[in-house]
Amino acid sequence: MKKLLLLSLMMMVPMFAQAAGGPSVALDAIEVDASDHSSLQRGMKTYVNYCLGCHTAQYQRYSRAAEDLHMPESMVLDNLIFSGQKIGEQMTSAMDPKVSAKWFGAAPPDLTNEINLRGADWVYTYLRTFYADDTRPYGVNNVVFPSVGMPNVLAELQGIQSKSCGDVSKYDAHGNPVVDSTTGKAITHESCDILTVEEGSGSMTPAEFDATIYDLTNFMAYMAKPYKTDSQRIGLWAILFCLMMTALFYFLKKEFWRDIH
Amino acid sequence: MGVGNPNRAKAESGIVRWIDDRFPLTQMWQDHMSKYYAAKNFNVWYVFGVLSLLVLVNQILTGVWLTMSYEPTAEGAFASVEYIMRDVEMGWIIRYMHSSGASAFFVVVYLHMFRGLMYGSYQKPRELIWLFGMAIYLALMAEGFFGYLLPWGQMSYWGAQVILSLAGAIPVVGEDLVQWIRGDYLISGITLNRFFSLHVIALPMVILGLVVLHILALHDVGSNNPDGIDIDQNKDENGVPVDGAAFWPYHVVKDLVAIGVFLTVFCLVIFFFPEGGGYFIEKPNYEPANSLKTPEHIAPVWYFTPYYSMLRAVTQPLLGLDAKFLGVIVMGGAIAILFVMPWLDRSPVKSMRYKGWMSRIWLAIFVVSFVILGYLGTLATTPGRTTVAQLCTVLYFSYFILMPFYTRMETTKPVPERVV
Amino acid sequence: MSNEVANPTRRRVLVGASLVVGAVGGVAALTPFVASWNPSAKARAAGAAVKADISKLEPGQQMIVSWRGKPVWIVRRNAAVLANLDSLNSKLADPDSFNAKQPAYVPNTPIRSLRDEVIVMIGLCTHLGCSPTYNPEVVPTAFDDNWQGGFYCPCHGSTFDLSGRVYKGKPAPTNLEIPPHFYETDTVILIGEDGGSV
Repeated sequence: MKKLLLLSLMMMVPMFAQAAGGPSVALDAIEVDASDHSSLQRGMKTYVNYCLGCHTAQYQRYSRAAEDLHMPESMVLDNLIFSGQKIGEQMTSAMDPKVSAKWFGAAPPDLTNEINLRGADWVYTYLRTFYADDTRPYGVNNVVFPSVGMPNVLAELQGIQSKSCGDVSKYDAHGNPVVDSTTGKAITHESCDILTVEEGSGSMTPAEFDATIYDLTNFMAYMAKPYKTDSQRIGLWAILFCLMMTALFYFLKKEFWRDIH
Repeated sequence: MGVGNPNRAKAESGIVRWIDDRFPLTQMWQDHMSKYYAAKNFNVWYVFGVLSLLVLVNQILTGVWLTMSYEPTAEGAFASVEYIMRDVEMGWIIRYMHSSGASAFFVVVYLHMFRGLMYGSYQKPRELIWLFGMAIYLALMAEGFFGYLLPWGQMSYWGAQVILSLAGAIPVVGEDLVQWIRGDYLISGITLNRFFSLHVIALPMVILGLVVLHILALHDVGSNNPDGIDIDQNKDENGVPVDGAAFWPYHVVKDLVAIGVFLTVFCLVIFFFPEGGGYFIEKPNYEPANSLKTPEHIAPVWYFTPYYSMLRAVTQPLLGLDAKFLGVIVMGGAIAILFVMPWLDRSPVKSMRYKGWMSRIWLAIFVVSFVILGYLGTLATTPGRTTVAQLCTVLYFSYFILMPFYTRMETTKPVPERVV
Repeated sequence: MSNEVANPTRRRVLVGASLVVGAVGGVAALTPFVASWNPSAKARAAGAAVKADISKLEPGQQMIVSWRGKPVWIVRRNAAVLANLDSLNSKLADPDSFNAKQPAYVPNTPIRSLRDEVIVMIGLCTHLGCSPTYNPEVVPTAFDDNWQGGFYCPCHGSTFDLSGRVYKGKPAPTNLEIPPHFYETDTVILIGEDGGSV
């Protein structure tokens, strides 16, 4: 009986792997870090300067970002609010969605929950994989989001990236190229997904750009769940308390059940 | 003094006596707690009733609180949920308690029902308890369905769209029925408003009433036990079942341990995995409902997926009825057949411990089929998956349809006099 | 079932401990429900302090700003008015504002303001909440032959002087309330916050 139940329980395991749905494009993995306040601050600066013009973050209040990211409200007011808004207001933009729908095909969506919707890996990869494409209205396409309506607003930082064909090495789990054991040469295969940035075409090096996008993604992950740090802190105490309480109840039960024979 | 049974139990003196002269408080306390005897060999499968009660209380309390800040309009609903999550102090905790609680409700209820299947808890004289329980299950599914529209996300909207269109499969009246339920030509704020009322007031009252009836029916005949023995057959000189233990304090303290374990896991979910890997809060729901844009993959919430699988497994029309309607009938039948369990099980013994190997095999087949169907219901269909779903649907129904035969045919083991 | 408890003390201790731990857990579990009733971030943003620019406020002029749904009056009085305030004391119910609702940093003097000329008050009658009218001119009025300038509440006839102090024998029990406020600059008052050491 128990074995059969165990078996049926085990059959439920693959459900969790499938829940995510699985992307069709390989995504670059990142670890967001809600405790890195300077990263979050830099990310917020990037958001306000490059994204907020079109993409509202309408559920995020400036005052909350000030508090959670450890910035004085005056600093936020002076450096991050360009719209004359008050510190307690939400991060909205002046762009009329009907107008932007005409310009871009679809109104640029609000991004407060974007990381919840797509995941941090997706956003991080998306922002870095725009490439030149003459067939598109704004001259760019995107690896993760084919035929996206968004122009590459980060091009001035990243530079011009293009996609080309060539030979690509395979890498093992340690990041070393897989080598043919007889010839000693790296095993390669043909790929037309090679992205290269034209050197000097942007104000940042690829490493600097990746760091900037990490910070931006980190900030967006914060926006998606600003209560996450609190949740982990409270949760730890709650679970420890419940464990202690369960143990106490167990001894209480044993004590009373001494009466029963 | 007082009307009603003059011989009822009363306190000696004090405030309680004052009440007892006007209300059967002490008598009720004895009938349902201090002198209600339940078998002393209850195992872990017997905790899910009280856990269901705990989750019900959780849903009501958190639900009341969410209603204080939620706006049941198409324009305001999504934003009001964001308001609760971000602007209301500790609102995110209350929201997650409610969403996790909904899934927890179905976990404990399914395990509670499984205990019934295992130990024959539906057999005479407990058929009515089982019927009330099945009614609760139906009401709970409706409650979950109406509740899921309220966040007004993409999955809320399109999930409701898909389920409502099932009603459209009913011949002749289908389309009109769907429009009547919606109150509009499409799912709109009008639909949302009425689903809100049903979810917040109507169904909770129905569920509460049914739970009261369910427990009253139980206390009238007494609980079953893992051995399926009637403990009232063996009483001591005081009229107390020798295999029983008073509910208060013995079963109460036992249940407290279960509650402690449950709360530990519940906290783990709420504070660390509130989205349940995308099963408790589905990713598309982070986008507001858009009637013009269908999400890539619509799936009903996990606790409906076994039935959804059965619905999709029916691909052939029959007798002039199209496959969609037949699927609805099969799906409805899968739930309806559970109602008649007490009359399908012809075994002379109640508990699986003493039934023959056929009953055990079929119960295992039932469980495995149900789980596989559930899993398949979360995925998009492929021809291979459909075949598996069809097989599992047949096995699911066979468990019930063949039960009158295998429960009568098989050799059972002798049932002991005293609980093990 | 045995009727004697082998170790009653152990049982009592366990029951007591369980009750205490359960109660602590219960209170902890209630915390989010109680906390959720506090003003939300939206309410706090809407009720945030309001700036009033008095650079263009002429003597004798009244400015009205809204703070937390209430009218806040900012009145610039001239020297003559200020000099006259002491002489009214005998006609007032609480000339030194001992019973008035005002921040500790607003003095209990007839002038009743942080800087002499400009006074900040909540423009709601302390009787039942109507908004009194501004009658700064020293002329006989229907409600007072010897009117020295101030405010008149049309609802039940309460009168206040130009420091918001209520006259004797009127329905209003106390002087007009003064909200927390401070001078961010010489010409900008922030209404709704204490501003530290001013």
